[in-house]
Amino acid sequence: MSNNVAINSKVSRAEAMSQQQAKPLQLEPSGFSQLLAKQDSAYWQQKILQADAAAVNRALAKSRRDLNDFAALISPAAAPFLAQMATQAQQLTRQRFGHALQFYIPLYLSNLCANDCSYCGFSMSNALKRRTLTLAEVEQECQAIKAQGFSTVLLVAGEHEKKVGQEYFKQVLPVVKRYFSYVLLEVQPLSSQDYAELRQYGLDGVLVYQETYDRVCYAQHHLRGKKMDFDWRLATPERLGQAGVDKIGLGALLGLGDWRLDSIYLALHLRFLQQHYWRSRYSMAFPRLRPCAGGLAEQILEQHQSQQPSQQHITDRQLVQLICAWRLFDPELELSLSTRESALFRDSVVPLAITSISAGSKTSPGAYATEKQSLEQFSTDDQRPVTEVARSMQQAGLQPVWKDWEAGLCRN
Amino acid sequence: MYYQIAGHTFTSRLLTGTGKFQSASVMQQSLLASDTELVTMALRRVDLVAQQDEILPVLTALGVKLLPNTSGARTAEEAVFVAELAREALQTNWLKLEIHPDPRYLLPDPIETLKAAELLVAKGFVVLPYCGADPVLCKRLEEAGCAAVMPLGAPIGSNQGLQTRDFLRIIIEQSRVPVIVDAGIGAPSHAAEALELGASAVLVNTAIASAADPIAMAKAFKLACEAGALAHYAGLATRQQQAVASSPLTAFLESL
Repeated sequence: MSNNVAINSKVSRAEAMSQQQAKPLQLEPSGFSQLLAKQDSAYWQQKILQADAAAVNRALAKSRRDLNDFAALISPAAAPFLAQMATQAQQLTRQRFGHALQFYIPLYLSNLCANDCSYCGFSMSNALKRRTLTLAEVEQECQAIKAQGFSTVLLVAGEHEKKVGQEYFKQVLPVVKRYFSYVLLEVQPLSSQDYAELRQYGLDGVLVYQETYDRVCYAQHHLRGKKMDFDWRLATPERLGQAGVDKIGLGALLGLGDWRLDSIYLALHLRFLQQHYWRSRYSMAFPRLRPCAGGLAEQILEQHQSQQPSQQHITDRQLVQLICAWRLFDPELELSLSTRESALFRDSVVPLAITSISAGSKTSPGAYATEKQSLEQFSTDDQRPVTEVARSMQQAGLQPVWKDWEAGLCRN
Repeated sequence: MYYQIAGHTFTSRLLTGTGKFQSASVMQQSLLASDTELVTMALRRVDLVAQQDEILPVLTALGVKLLPNTSGARTAEEAVFVAELAREALQTNWLKLEIHPDPRYLLPDPIETLKAAELLVAKGFVVLPYCGADPVLCKRLEEAGCAAVMPLGAPIGSNQGLQTRDFLRIIIEQSRVPVIVDAGIGAPSHAAEALELGASAVLVNTAIASAADPIAMAKAFKLACEAGALAHYAGLATRQQQAVASSPLTAFLESL
């Protein structure tokens, strides 16, 4: 235990890096993995379900809130307090972030994937036209996106280490960096050294969602490929912190496991990371299951609609409660809401606590510059063009922010 | 009732920021109402390539002096990099040096800040460093050649007022360069207090930009700064810890 780099907060980043370099792959259980193993899910479930109005009131009255307060705020008992939560969440958001709202857009590099996941249109067993953008195509996409005003881009790919791996990213990043000041990556988890290397090529942030913190549920939905390795994925944010990556994006796929329990473990994960990797900033996303070709998502969603409300399914109202609870738990955390959600929902919820949104998103490779569409990863809901989204946000009193970074920052 | 930084005279004691406003128009009217003469802006927010930047033209039209800042830099090296970009792009060698490797509370790194200040002064910048309210650090920054020091009143954006009051008193007492209280000022009364203590100026952003009526709040801060500076000039009556007895214990001395 004592020789584990990740759990020893006294180890400096430089030492952590050099120890990392000595060990190419960190295969031993991660620091957070050990913390997670000590958690008693039954305890947390009870804590959430037995929270009462008094616990919610206590949580609302505090100025800094802990995990117990967070449990109360996401509990069924907090539902009647939603208006109060929203008011406080909005105040905290304005105090920290003002009226600024960051805009970003996803750029799909490839839909190749060596995994089978029940909820994703890119799954390898799905028969679809596979495509990986060439560097020339990447450049065309960049030009098309840049013309819309974006300065922050999220590069997305399925998980295919051989064809869309480190070497490909090293070629793509310098091209993308010519157009965008801030570049985020959402691909398969990489090693700490690979992340450190990609920083030199222009990488600023990485989004890696655990999908669910419930190992059994995770195994049910990740059926083939490297993504089956729960622990490798779980330790990814720690490897990002060790590599000194500026922004680390976390999230759970809401609707897969018990969303309340997953949120508790996400909060625990966030606090662990903040204590160990305090130089990185963190963002939280709220992806809900969306229908996709060949996916189980539709079946799951249908089940949710037909049955009594399950612990998995999260309603619009509950999602608002969850977003507000996150803001009350962490006033400094960046909160992100994508085009998975509808225009109406986004227009109403973003002004409460959200600090970054995507707009005008297309979820298939080459979709911005070329007409021909390959199959999308999931169907988006808010399909308004970016100018319309921006106008809508301005009407709500928010100022769209396109550029918030210098390309040379955080390289060393 | 003016003060000087690096030979440049300012009558307004209020420095403002450009972030967090609802729109460029609200920012413009707020800055106008504040009477500010020195305005800081994050270089990372300025889009010099796309020419679609909304903030710069407004500041130019207002005729205020620009104080680009190095927000986003986490090391001395990065701060120098941003400073040089800013000097090139905005044609000013004035710089608010801020290095906060901690993105959560945005607290300044004293070691990297001092290192960067030395490098930047040598490169001809007029350096105004944002720093902790540490009297020794402020002296070191002054010795490094900084044109002013900008100690924090409370964590940035916290609106908590002068939580570091006792240290600010020492810094102001010792300093040979202007002391500008930065960060944490949440109400006009906090600004007035800083100036009563003898600070040369205050920097306020969140409290104005996040107010329900930013323009009215900007004016409130302007008036508070004027009142605080005037009170300091007038000489505040000393506050007594206890009531002063009308028949002092030493009255017997009179009869001796």
